[in-house]
Amino acid sequence: MTWRVEIKHRETVFNAFAEGVYKSILDLGVKNIKKAEVIQIFTLEGKLSREDADTISRKLLIDPITQDYCLLSLDGYTPPQKDPYCRAIEIAYNPGVMDPVEQSTIKGIKDLGFLGISSVRTAKLYLLFGDLSEKDAELIVNKVLANKLIQHRVTQASKEKPILDIARENESEVRKVGILEADDKALERLSKDGQLFLNLYEMRAIRNYFKGIKREPTDVELETIAQTWSEHCFHKTFRGDIEYLEKEKGKNKKKIIRSLLKSTIMKATKEIDKKWCVSVFHDNAGVIDFDGKDCVCFKVETHNHPSALEPFGGANTGIGGVIRDTLGTGLGAKPICSTDVFCFAPPDYPFEKLPPGTLHPKRVMKGVVSGVRDYGNKMGIPTVNGAILFDERYIGNPLVYCGNVGIIPKDKVFKETKKGDLIVAIGGKTGRDGIHGATFSSGELTSESEVVSSGAVQIGDPIQEKKVLDALLQARDENLYSAITDCGAGGFSSAVGEMGKDLGAKVFLDKAPLKYKGLRYDEIWISESQERMVLSVNPKNMKRLEEICEVENVEASVLGEFTGNKKLELYFNGKQVCDLDMGFLHEGNPKVVKKAVWTPPKIKEKKFAEPPDLTGSLLKSLSHYNVCSKEWVIRQYDHEVQGGSVIKPLSGADCSAPSDASVIAPKLGLKKGIAISNGINARFGMIDPFWMAASCIDEAIRQIIAVGGCLERIGILDNFCWGNPDKPDRLGGLVRSALGCYEASVGFKVPFISGKDSLYNEYTLGKESIAIPGTVLISAIGIIDDIKKCVTMDFKSAGNLIYIVGETFDEMGGSIYFDTLGELGKDVPTVNFKKASKIFNSLSSAVKKRLICSMHDCSEGGLGVALAEMSFGGGLGLKVDLGKAAYRGKKRQNQRILFSESNSRFVAEVAAKDKNNFEKELKGISFSLIGEVKDNDDFTVQGINKSICIQTKVRALKEAWQKTLRW
Amino acid sequence: MSKDVKVLVLRTAGTNCDRETAFAFSSFGAKAECLHINKLIMKKARLDDYHIIAIPGGFTYGDDIESGRILANEISLQLKEQVNKFVRDGKLIIGICNGFQVLVKAGLLPGGKNGSAFYEGGQTATLTNNDSGKFEDRWVHLQVEGKGPWLKGMGKIVYFPVAHAEGKFIPKDDSVLSDLKKNGQIAFRYCSKEGSKPVYPENPNGSVEDIAGITDFSGRILGLMPHPERHFLPEQHPFWTRIKHDEGDGVKIFSNGVNYVKKNLL
Repeated sequence: MTWRVEIKHRETVFNAFAEGVYKSILDLGVKNIKKAEVIQIFTLEGKLSREDADTISRKLLIDPITQDYCLLSLDGYTPPQKDPYCRAIEIAYNPGVMDPVEQSTIKGIKDLGFLGISSVRTAKLYLLFGDLSEKDAELIVNKVLANKLIQHRVTQASKEKPILDIARENESEVRKVGILEADDKALERLSKDGQLFLNLYEMRAIRNYFKGIKREPTDVELETIAQTWSEHCFHKTFRGDIEYLEKEKGKNKKKIIRSLLKSTIMKATKEIDKKWCVSVFHDNAGVIDFDGKDCVCFKVETHNHPSALEPFGGANTGIGGVIRDTLGTGLGAKPICSTDVFCFAPPDYPFEKLPPGTLHPKRVMKGVVSGVRDYGNKMGIPTVNGAILFDERYIGNPLVYCGNVGIIPKDKVFKETKKGDLIVAIGGKTGRDGIHGATFSSGELTSESEVVSSGAVQIGDPIQEKKVLDALLQARDENLYSAITDCGAGGFSSAVGEMGKDLGAKVFLDKAPLKYKGLRYDEIWISESQERMVLSVNPKNMKRLEEICEVENVEASVLGEFTGNKKLELYFNGKQVCDLDMGFLHEGNPKVVKKAVWTPPKIKEKKFAEPPDLTGSLLKSLSHYNVCSKEWVIRQYDHEVQGGSVIKPLSGADCSAPSDASVIAPKLGLKKGIAISNGINARFGMIDPFWMAASCIDEAIRQIIAVGGCLERIGILDNFCWGNPDKPDRLGGLVRSALGCYEASVGFKVPFISGKDSLYNEYTLGKESIAIPGTVLISAIGIIDDIKKCVTMDFKSAGNLIYIVGETFDEMGGSIYFDTLGELGKDVPTVNFKKASKIFNSLSSAVKKRLICSMHDCSEGGLGVALAEMSFGGGLGLKVDLGKAAYRGKKRQNQRILFSESNSRFVAEVAAKDKNNFEKELKGISFSLIGEVKDNDDFTVQGINKSICIQTKVRALKEAWQKTLRW
Repeated sequence: MSKDVKVLVLRTAGTNCDRETAFAFSSFGAKAECLHINKLIMKKARLDDYHIIAIPGGFTYGDDIESGRILANEISLQLKEQVNKFVRDGKLIIGICNGFQVLVKAGLLPGGKNGSAFYEGGQTATLTNNDSGKFEDRWVHLQVEGKGPWLKGMGKIVYFPVAHAEGKFIPKDDSVLSDLKKNGQIAFRYCSKEGSKPVYPENPNGSVEDIAGITDFSGRILGLMPHPERHFLPEQHPFWTRIKHDEGDGVKIFSNGVNYVKKNLL
């Protein structure tokens, strides 16, 4: 029997969700909407009488204080009467898409004693009041209520389809693909039609391999090779050869780069050779020493393509995925905090300019933030730090970087799969979701992507992953398994293939627990269903592992074993469907040679007269999308769970000013801590990707220095998001940026501990291709010896002295100030690594001696913005004199001193009594005493010609900073 | 029974503040154990062996359907007799954030009458969606006004963070509310920094009469939306670099619990 339970909020209770829907519809420009109501629907299937369904509704599904319900048998159900002033629109999940609440609702029903329940589906019925046309309704459905990739509007026709139209009878026919006789054209077609995203050279190598073993491949063999060789899993661009040509000032410099990764990022780490780098570039995440007993690991991933299509699900599974990276590092680390960085087109982007197939950036942003909020909060991992960058060119390809830090005992950092170990899958069941995610990210997006690759989009189940985490850490501490890895892109194919690389693996695909029947063997193998991990378990430990999993309600299934014959053998219902040499799979792909050209852009810069008053410019900079308060986002994340937060993302007397790095103390009650920061600046990269990379490294480091970290204990991660690397100009920028990473890393002696890349971030529309601005994110992790000595950025007391530390140059290129004037500029900030290191070390030493009351780095918006933020952070005024600031540029002007974004600079607040000691610490570096903190609401900046160039109220600065994203 | 104060930090799928809650209790010498509810249901552990049950924050079962509902049903259906005995024995229960939602939805708060810990008719109050329509993590001031062992010696106003999407307290009707007041069961109310009537976001969720936490009639069962375990260490304070204080405002709650057991139950 099928029952439909409709649940409605009582009129007397304010329904915030319905109110939110109403506001979003108004935002869309549908002015006729008068009111929205939302009715929650549960469809219960199983052996249930009306009385049973009634009890379930009363005791489980409704809140007796705020809600009423109505129970209908589905057969007798008719949709609400057509009322011209009320449109009833029902939105349900598409067949095959995981319904996030299904699992727990079934558990709740069984707890009540109704074991006959077989399935639960949910839907929402929206009652929209007002004079709305069908066109309005369609618009509202598409823009507000549903994402057609995962949801649909329920109509008479859609109801007649079976609940699971993807369910098929089991089939076990082995399917062969004809490749032996294929010519080049046929090979290319095969790659395209099968969504393999392999190039001709690779397809030829595959044909030759099968010629050698004298048989045609099966479909799953081809899929396995495509996944293993995908850009996402194999990083062909970073590992392959590149012919690089640099055209600067009429001179051509040419060189061959053999593996960009090994000759830049990894090379730097090798040369710096820090003893505290415990496991770098080996594992899911980079591992560094924490306190001698434990290590910490850090990984940042991207989930750009899925987030472009389904922002909530994309970000949701992105954060879920990077958390599994932590769980799969060594023998499993415990996640302790997350960091998230996004790049979007501006939220006020005009609807009419939106390219077909793209979602509006405001919707993307809201969806992405909700996705991170949902997963991070539910797993109980604090999201402590982040950044959001806006630029029009992210319109087709928003960037979603998800980072996670874990802690792991020192003796659990290394793993080794053992011959004879069982292959055990734990966690979620396997469905048809996320098929082709790995290969999908090796291609550009088009307006058809949402149709072709819709299988690549899914929603996560954070509670499932939390259960896996709870079970895993117990099993780890009892030494029940010898290796572990996560199922990410490529699913079992990637996880088992990776773990069995040196040994070989035999897998019985029919042993995998499935979400529904009818999956083909190749689907089981490459499905990217979330929340699954693969363990290598000695058979004698299996029973104990099962006991732990039983208590935690986690499913553990033996899929096969690691054999020792160096082959990948897959079976399904007794038939062999794959028999590949691990050697060919992991090393058989032909090396790619790509061409790269770097030509500096020709940028013309207007001359800017100095406006006498810069108050307006400062206010504009503070309100700039890239500078303004992100409180709307930050407060939706639980940034304090686990109890370790020491410096939160917002600081100051009323918790509303932007902190530099965030600091957590993962072992409660102990003084050792971790600082996390990010450096990102795409505008610098539009001028020169080399200095973008160096500047981002400088920024990430200086944020950690600003809170009291030290250069000696900082490790960094690179994360390149770029356009299509098969286009030489795009790849040229990428190479130049990697070279910048190398120089800066070695210059600062700060090693890379992990990294990642996401390429092909282009959106093709007809003949036009919109590439994102090449964007590198540098994430940094620093070890803090004593959290009690940490410093925040808010001014502490009137009468304290204000210093600017470091040198300001005429480097307005890429600055926020120039952006407010509609200019890019040509003078990108550079870095003097030697001088900068000295500044960092001196300031760390001054913090240790407690000579600094507050400190803030000068980044976007320069000195002006830094001073304003410190002022409203402390609720205190200031008076400074720009004439006293060290300035090394040619055009000495107030606007340049205030808004140049030169690197390696800080503003520090020092008590008058500590003046001499502080200045002694800074001996040999450039610093200037420019003013003092005032006990009032006045923010006064005197210009170089002695006249006042900024005069405003501290609260006006704060308002300018807060108003932009006050949603 | 041994001389240790034993705290059961009850966890299940989606619990996530268990460690820090256990840390807070164990700082006062209690033995705090994070125990999965399945071990109680499978009878591998017994409530009888503990003095305090703490139901910590989190998203039990994803807060699917609504916050705390599924765990509340598990407790009221499967552990009813054990919990009744636990309360009859004069022991203590605290529910924080999701734990408070669980206690309310199980009928343990405002609580039963005539010797039953559970209210027989089911739920008499609820915690529902914030008026802001979203999850919010922010610090709030609370006026302490209740009675009972948990609240002894606390300052007049304390400062704790909230982190929830469903924290709006609504009593079923006026009589429930007036009973809460009459019996002194309101433990915490949101207030402004100075202690006056709050506005949003000082009252972060729109709770009726600014109620942030309540106790049962005896005062031995406490539930609250804000997180005292997150203002336990001085460096958890959001602007600790601006002030001087040696311990967090939440310390008292946990030391009170442990001391009460030492004095009355060991």
